[in-house]
Amino acid sequence: MPSPRVAVLIVGLCLGGQAFAQQEEPQPEGIQIGLSTDSVAITSDFSGTNLTIFGALDNADPLVSRQGRYDVIVVLEGPPRTTVVRKKTRVLGMWINTELVAFRDVPASYSVATTRPPQDITDPASYKRLALGVDNINIRPLDESDSPITIEEFTEALRQQKEAAALYVENVGGVQFLSRTLFRATLYLAPHVPVGTHKARAFLFRNGAFLRETSAPLSIRKAGVEQQIFEFAQQRSLPYGLFAVLLAMITGWIGRLVFRRD
Amino acid sequence: MSRVGIYLPIAEMSVNMLVLLAMGGAVGFLSGMFGVGGGFLITPLLIFYNVPPAIAVATGANQVIASSFSGTLSHLKRGTLDVKLGLVLLVGGIIGSAAGIYVFAYLRQLGLLDLTVSLLYVVLLGSVGGLMLVESVRAIQRSRAGQAASLRRPGQHNWIHRLPLKMRFRASKLFVSVIPILALGAMIGFLASLMGVGGGFIMVPAMIYLLKVPTNVVVGTSLFQIIFVAAFTTVSHAYTNQTVDVVLAFLLMVGGVAGAQYGTRVGQKLRGEQLRALLALLVLAVAIRLAFDLFVRPSSVFSLAGGV
Repeated sequence: MPSPRVAVLIVGLCLGGQAFAQQEEPQPEGIQIGLSTDSVAITSDFSGTNLTIFGALDNADPLVSRQGRYDVIVVLEGPPRTTVVRKKTRVLGMWINTELVAFRDVPASYSVATTRPPQDITDPASYKRLALGVDNINIRPLDESDSPITIEEFTEALRQQKEAAALYVENVGGVQFLSRTLFRATLYLAPHVPVGTHKARAFLFRNGAFLRETSAPLSIRKAGVEQQIFEFAQQRSLPYGLFAVLLAMITGWIGRLVFRRD
Repeated sequence: MSRVGIYLPIAEMSVNMLVLLAMGGAVGFLSGMFGVGGGFLITPLLIFYNVPPAIAVATGANQVIASSFSGTLSHLKRGTLDVKLGLVLLVGGIIGSAAGIYVFAYLRQLGLLDLTVSLLYVVLLGSVGGLMLVESVRAIQRSRAGQAASLRRPGQHNWIHRLPLKMRFRASKLFVSVIPILALGAMIGFLASLMGVGGGFIMVPAMIYLLKVPTNVVVGTSLFQIIFVAAFTTVSHAYTNQTVDVVLAFLLMVGGVAGAQYGTRVGQKLRGEQLRALLALLVLAVAIRLAFDLFVRPSSVFSLAGGV
């Protein structure tokens, strides 16, 4: 399958100034990612793709690098949206949507790539503190007055539904070091990836301890005809509706000429 | 596989073109054959294919225009279409659907919409399908036994024929009052707008059994009437909700118009009672499927809205 790769480049590599650094206290490590493009265009043949993000460590300790004690986690977080979770219960023997909880600012998608299995990188408490990973995304209800048990149940259901729809995904081993300081992250974009402004975030760990985070925006948007149709439907909705009806009648008429069987 | 994938601009997802063409073709075939728009088939199919429900309903209506327009042209040429009857039904239908939209909003306010719509579907489809099946199987048995299998027994008049304001419908060989026709149109328009469908599957049996219109004229007239209902639905959804995806609709239409032409031909070859029996089975199958959804515990009791 020819998957159109999205090229994303490094902005800053390990920088000059290392000569100075060696004489003084060791500089703290830093992490950089850079996107050569700030938008991904979705055209009519889009059917999901892999997004590649390159990045680099600054001031990496060569010894730690050699031992493979640096870990990187890269996340592509979709635009925040209000999301409603409904629950069916049994009413007079019938399964009907009866309860609902609305959540605010839920990332529409959440794609994670890691160097190693998450439990080998750092401890659960750190993940929780960083709100990092599918299980730790900060999800808050719109209306806080529901019972905590209900909210917990619906939050868990929200995660499961998003995972089932391949919108929340984890790719263990999706981040690879190409050299001591250079890494590449491969993130999966689903065929129904939400359009809007996504946020690429990279987290650096050393020996299980969190060091630093960096982020960059990435806009995923429809391009060409797709975008024009979308704008037409949004901005001039009445003519669009009439156009849809006319298109249907013309198709029906041509269809009859082509396929007539009488 | 990526060659047949296409990105839908409104639904915001990538789909397989061949699946949609086949889906449209199958529903178009049934539409041309039975005179139903197919909205009650295409909408659940699209939702099953992960298209968001609001877009499935609105886009389904758009596709229904194409296949019913195509089918109507065939019937117009054959003379199996009663334009006058269709227009009177339509007038009733508009009144009924206006009332339906009002009740729809009221039920939603009460939080009873989901329950009402689900129950309406199961009860209506189940009873209409069941009654039709019993009647048509009896008719088939009678014709096997050598009797005339006609619904139109001479000299049989019911209370409907004593109403005033009589009008002559030549193509249907009818001379009846417009009151029951308007009432029927209104009732179907009401149910259709509540349930989000064109109402062909109720219209067809109602015309056959209540108005005693010949089965072959029923199919064309029903399709003719559905064009307007579906066009109204499409424009109002496009205007108020922006949920009509023309790319999705177009793929379904191309499959649908091809299917409708073949379906019309097959429908003409069948005898009235056979056609009614098959339609009854189809309607019953949908009713059983919906009842199953309603009464059997779903695999997940949770669902997302406004996010996926």
